[in-house]
Amino acid sequence: MNSPVPPSSEQGTFVTDAALKRLKKRHAAESRFKLYGQLAIGIAIVALVTLLASIFMQASSAFTRHVLTFDTTLEASYVTPEGERDPEKIARNVSGFNLLLQDELSDQFLPEDPGLSLQRELYGLFTRLAVLPLARKTADTPSNIGTQQSFSVALADDIDLYLKGGITRRKAVNLGQAGAVSGSMDDGFNITLGKAEPLQSALDKFREDEATPTALIQIGSTWFRMTGLDGNTASLEYIAGTPQAPVSGADVSGLALEQAQDNRTVTDRQIAWTMLLEDEGRVKSVPNTTLFTNSDSTYPELAGTAAAIVGSLLTMLVCAMLAIPVGIFAAVYLEEFAVKNRVTDLIEVNINNLAAVPSIVFGLLGAAVFINFMGLPRSVPLVGGLVLGLLVLPTVIIASRAALKSVPPSIRTAALGVGASKTQAVFHHVLPLAAPGILTGSIIGMARALGETAPLLLIGMVAFVAEVPDSPTDESTVLPVLIYKWSTGAERAWEPQTAAAIIVLLVFLVLMNLIAIILRRRFERRW
Amino acid sequence: MLETFGHLPIAWLLFAVLAAAGFVSFFAGRTEAVAVGRGSSERLNSQPNYHGYFVAMATIGPAAIVLGLYALFGETLVRGELAGELPQRIRDLGSLELNQYIDRIAEQSAMRDAGPTGNALFDAATARYTSLLGISRIIAVFLALLAAWAGFFVAKRKLSVNFRARANVENGIKLLLFMCAAIAVFTTIGIVLSLFFEALRFFSRVPFFSFIFGLEWNAQTGADFGAIPLFFGTFMIAFLAMLVAAPIGLLSAIYLSEYASPRFRSIVKPILELLAGIPTVVYGFFALQFVAPLVRSTANWVNGLAFVPDGFLAAQPTSALAAGIVMGIMIIPFVSSLSDDVINAVPQTLRDGAYAMGATKSETVKQVVMPAALPGVIAALLLAVSRAIGETMIVVMAAGQRAQITPDPTADLTTITVQIVALLTGDTEFDSAKTLSAFALGFVLFIVTLIFNLIALRVVQKYREKYE
Repeated sequence: MNSPVPPSSEQGTFVTDAALKRLKKRHAAESRFKLYGQLAIGIAIVALVTLLASIFMQASSAFTRHVLTFDTTLEASYVTPEGERDPEKIARNVSGFNLLLQDELSDQFLPEDPGLSLQRELYGLFTRLAVLPLARKTADTPSNIGTQQSFSVALADDIDLYLKGGITRRKAVNLGQAGAVSGSMDDGFNITLGKAEPLQSALDKFREDEATPTALIQIGSTWFRMTGLDGNTASLEYIAGTPQAPVSGADVSGLALEQAQDNRTVTDRQIAWTMLLEDEGRVKSVPNTTLFTNSDSTYPELAGTAAAIVGSLLTMLVCAMLAIPVGIFAAVYLEEFAVKNRVTDLIEVNINNLAAVPSIVFGLLGAAVFINFMGLPRSVPLVGGLVLGLLVLPTVIIASRAALKSVPPSIRTAALGVGASKTQAVFHHVLPLAAPGILTGSIIGMARALGETAPLLLIGMVAFVAEVPDSPTDESTVLPVLIYKWSTGAERAWEPQTAAAIIVLLVFLVLMNLIAIILRRRFERRW
Repeated sequence: MLETFGHLPIAWLLFAVLAAAGFVSFFAGRTEAVAVGRGSSERLNSQPNYHGYFVAMATIGPAAIVLGLYALFGETLVRGELAGELPQRIRDLGSLELNQYIDRIAEQSAMRDAGPTGNALFDAATARYTSLLGISRIIAVFLALLAAWAGFFVAKRKLSVNFRARANVENGIKLLLFMCAAIAVFTTIGIVLSLFFEALRFFSRVPFFSFIFGLEWNAQTGADFGAIPLFFGTFMIAFLAMLVAAPIGLLSAIYLSEYASPRFRSIVKPILELLAGIPTVVYGFFALQFVAPLVRSTANWVNGLAFVPDGFLAAQPTSALAAGIVMGIMIIPFVSSLSDDVINAVPQTLRDGAYAMGATKSETVKQVVMPAALPGVIAALLLAVSRAIGETMIVVMAAGQRAQITPDPTADLTTITVQIVALLTGDTEFDSAKTLSAFALGFVLFIVTLIFNLIALRVVQKYREKYE
């Protein structure tokens, strides 16, 4: 529809200057209004893109992780201290395997008499339970004990995050060749750098952002902390690696860090050790399969979604068994059989309202009725499925009614005409024709149930579940609740982990919706 | 023997009994009908199969009722019986601890291969519980079989040449369908009753008016139950959400229905609806990780401006504004698709009339379409507000826990739903004022959203009729 424009050639009485001005104004208002609409749509789409992009960016680092590989002899003295070869005891012997790993590291990095704090710093590269897969593997093949084996162990979450570029900003710089060297291992060294300028500018840049930057210096396989930089002369203090005084002429490289070690969760030495291991090619990045194979854990690098995925599937199973048949039958009744009277009106109004009741209210219902009144156990998929089933019931009913409504009345009339009863007409003719629509609606309802969190919190599905549940009456958790729990974790490493779990959930949702769309495309009939 | 029965998984038992009874009676009924019709189904009023269905229905029905009753009340009876047999000193514990004790017994009994715990009394009680459970199951199955048998014979005697088996079966099916439709009503009744009675129990401890008008909320310590700060937080965040969702949702609906080409519409509409398909916990994470820090740094920047007094904005790590913005984004598709329906329902003749008078498109929208669609748009906004009030995960993750009244959107506020989650997560006892207060809050939430929904749905419906 085009707005009226006065013909320019013909100056009628109505076309005055004032009128033309008004018209211009009106057209400006018109395009402004149109712009507002475009802007609104633009904002909504930008919000969606930002949401997805921020989650994918967060998650990208969680799909790989860093492991340390090491070759060692599986000494029986570590693995089976009491000489037993009971697989179950070996699998539980976490402290023995820890000792094995720790001694392996100590041999490489620590001096004779390191002291407790230094040991703790080194052993902090791993969490205690990181050796658990190792223990399980050994328990499976006890014949390996006493032989040379190659293992890989997940690095602790903070180190992993550091290696992925988190924790603190940094800049690696080449400092040329060492000049004059003075000093000793105990008192520190002063060395003249080939070129100090890049380091100085990196540190200055960090200082601009009100940080307290620091620098680590690597000469060969020895790491120093820089305690001062005066012109070209740097004061160094030995921290890790081969205890060797710098020699003039050696290549010097530096690592400027935005935060000093008091302000971050990874110490200078831990960084130096990790870099040394990386130089040896023993620390490397591998695909994070833990995310799918492990259950929940208190350590982010060991936590996975396996138990929650199974819990979600079991909950969905119960939910579908309640909501889909009941929803379809209710829709058939309301659409095909109900006579219009007060009772059916009440049911109608009620279903429409129920669809708009906040989901958390269903959680309260579950807590009061299923758990308190009926005495069903907390935290189980059975109760979760029942609550979600009631929650999506109105959705399924409304979708099924729409599908039934779209079947033309001629089908019913024809069936009745050849002598079918009302029930036969509905069950033999209308329902099969409405089935694709009903199925699509049901899948969309299930997708909604899969993403639901709040009601499940109230029936105790937040419990820490370390084992994969295998029946609807086992304690379990579900994916969205796991996401909520992980998002409350204190360590930084939970953030990418949570984002990765969100992507797992989104993949499931996309799959369900794709199935619904394909079904609709494939079977939809226009009458 | 009894203990073996006590260990059997009961659900399978029920199904087995019902399925077996159904099969047997169907074939018995069918055979009977064929015999009555002397081998020819033409004589019969209904097909033999319908006679079979009828008998099966009459057999399974009563048995299912008996077993259903057992499933509901069986365990309670067993527990009552066990409680009566326990030694006096345990019975004197008080109902809460006694119940917990029996819970532990039931748990132990459910673990089939669990060995004795070493506590002689507990083990004896567990064994007794298991055998009582076995006895109750035997009785239940026996009663169910009896009911099935009675139903079977009554039904079988009814079979005759003129018996309208099909009509009877179809009535039974209709009854089943009606019951399914009624489940939705029972759910509502269940919600209302459970919330109402738990809320009543709460108000017997805390006066109603000090709950509704109290200014201090301190439920975790069980001290203060004044809900005004929660109501304030809830409406504040819903208001902020509507500030985002209402203009964006409405304007995009207008653009999509009045300006956009069909192609543009067919691409953009599903994209907007994607926003509605994202789980709320994902929005919560987005609010917590992305929007809340942004709000905080913006607030800090404002605080740093020369003309702004120090500490003008609270700039908390979680804030009402962050939750509100993200909630608004979540509600956009809700507002836009509802108002889209309403705008499309306005008859084309109204628009054509306006164009004929020389109005531009935007004038038509502003002066003709919107006034005509106004009641529907308001209803859509009301539904959106009710949705914002009841939304849980975003506020749980990004709004904070502090119950306070402040107009500063960068401060952390708490809402009704946040408190319900905080009060009912973890181990809960159903007897403390703390837990019960969650139900009182839930009751308020339910009533408020119900009123909003009722008004909105009524308006939407009336509006549809008007133009149809």
